[in-house]
Amino acid sequence: MNAGQPGPEDASGASIPNGAAAAAILSAGAGCFSLGVCAWLADAFKSSAHFFIFYGPTGPLSGVTTTGILIWLVSWGILSRAWRGKSVPMGIINTISILLLATGLLLTFPPFGDLLQGR
Amino acid sequence: MQMSFRELVTALHGMGFGAFFLLAFSGALFELYRVCASNGSPELRSRGLKPLRAYLIAMCALGWAAVLSGAYVVYPWYRAHPPVGFTDYAEYPQRRLLSSPTTAGWHDFGMEWKEHVAWFAPIAMTMVAYVFIKYGPDLARHRRVRYAVFVFAAAAFASAGVAGILGALINKNAPVQGGATVILMEKAK
Repeated sequence: MNAGQPGPEDASGASIPNGAAAAAILSAGAGCFSLGVCAWLADAFKSSAHFFIFYGPTGPLSGVTTTGILIWLVSWGILSRAWRGKSVPMGIINTISILLLATGLLLTFPPFGDLLQGR
Repeated sequence: MQMSFRELVTALHGMGFGAFFLLAFSGALFELYRVCASNGSPELRSRGLKPLRAYLIAMCALGWAAVLSGAYVVYPWYRAHPPVGFTDYAEYPQRRLLSSPTTAGWHDFGMEWKEHVAWFAPIAMTMVAYVFIKYGPDLARHRRVRYAVFVFAAAAFASAGVAGILGALINKNAPVQGGATVILMEKAK
């Protein structure tokens, strides 16, 4: 990612660099994607389901969501540090973030998950 | 007028936190659009955006309260396993749904989707609230940031809507019940 110095995003001249927003948007996409992947893994493999039981009464859902949230927050922290006070190309960030969000959503949809498992 | 303790908590999760979170979307989306369309006008800056910031923070709190109460309080009651040989599934909604092929889909499709997709809503709305609080009226000048914020807000609304509708339908077919009786109102003698 080619992160540059503070600068306007468009012709109107934004006063705040977009790095902070880009970090929040991309990490939210990453969190949603990882939640979808973890949900699919827990559904597809018994060993994964067992691994994701962080709290017995809630079952694998506890680990799936905790892992997704941890990945979201950790990636947000890392990206925020990396892009603080910088402007980054939002077009690419948006494309990646929305793809991650859409894939995450799709992976939670049971018929799609079953299709990937060949059921 | 009475409810079981579990029914009361389930109602608080779905009709309290969840429904208010969903209701809050119309106001949040309208206000976000208004702020973005204002192009950072001096009038908006002078009036301040504190109420909208508080509104978005409260909305996020409702979203997180809905998923956390759902996953860690109501869901364990839903998925509880009855003792061996026990055939009365009144207090075991998941078992009750899976006991018949005509209702199994409510769990296999409905709950399987709802329990995961619901979490997208607070994650996305937390991002939306953060970006709005950080940028405020300057968001009007960040066209692409604004675009992503609205896409994520729409996804959050859709996710919360799916979770809410499926939750209501699942609870209609196999209500979470049990626990102490809570008397909400007594008829005056």
